[in-house]
Amino acid sequence: MEITMRSLWTLIHGMGFGALYLLACSGALVELYRRYCTHNQALPTERDEKFLRIYLTAMAALAWLAVLTGAYIIYPWYRAAPPPGTANLAAFPQRLLMASPTTSGWHSIGMEWKEHIAWIVPISITMAAAVALQYGRDLKNHPQLRAAVLVFVWTSLLAAGVAGFFGAMINKNAPVDGGPVIHIVQGEQK
Amino acid sequence: MSAPNASTSVSSATRPNGAGAAAILAAGVGAFLIAVIAILADQSAAIKRLMIFWKPTGPLSGVTTCAIVLWLAVWAILHARWRHHTVALSRVNAVAFVLLILGLLLTFPPIADLF
Repeated sequence: MEITMRSLWTLIHGMGFGALYLLACSGALVELYRRYCTHNQALPTERDEKFLRIYLTAMAALAWLAVLTGAYIIYPWYRAAPPPGTANLAAFPQRLLMASPTTSGWHSIGMEWKEHIAWIVPISITMAAAVALQYGRDLKNHPQLRAAVLVFVWTSLLAAGVAGFFGAMINKNAPVDGGPVIHIVQGEQK
Repeated sequence: MSAPNASTSVSSATRPNGAGAAAILAAGVGAFLIAVIAILADQSAAIKRLMIFWKPTGPLSGVTTCAIVLWLAVWAILHARWRHHTVALSRVNAVAFVLLILGLLLTFPPIADLF
């Protein structure tokens, strides 16, 4: 069982940071709703508040790691230009997708949308984390601040979903692969 | 949206909402800027070349860096102006939501290509 360095980074970007963000997002929405949108009038405890602050800050870190690894580690491999006369485009995913009308949309719509909408995620969740850090338990007294935080977290879920969906589909049609091979475990021989 | 029109003095015991409002409006501006700068870079070859901050990533490096820097600058300015005030948050939220929705829509290539 082995994996290439580029595949490993794609895995870290998509499954490690991206998918974990999506999971965390649903948890954050449930927690924010439970805390502020129900008829629960009690102030959150200090411990609960600390948890929410750490949780949202961790989400912001995940979102930034996802976009930065995507834009500065994986995207250069994706958009690399092949030398003139290259017949096998397997190592050049963007050119491979563009070479066929049945797959070009994954780049011209999918990647073009993903590479920009993804950046709305860290902006939105950084705002949510900053508001939680600044206001803490006092957020209970600011219904409009809470509403805005919820809207932006929902939006970040939507944007991360779009980026994740297209990332997965693009990598299925034209995988970012290559580089040094890492041997994970030796399989049994028959 | 200027602070004097939108703000009043703090009278309640709760923390003024200005700092939160600054973060919210700046986030809306940031989302909108991502889309606007991406469209500008797509429409103009000169801007596209200017946006290549790091060659392997191409214009995306400049588009996102510019948007992030401007977002943080807007946030810092609004924070400095509003942090001790209670602002009309319904108006701030409305503007931020419109900018956010526009940001989402304008990043969608078939819509961005209309410009």
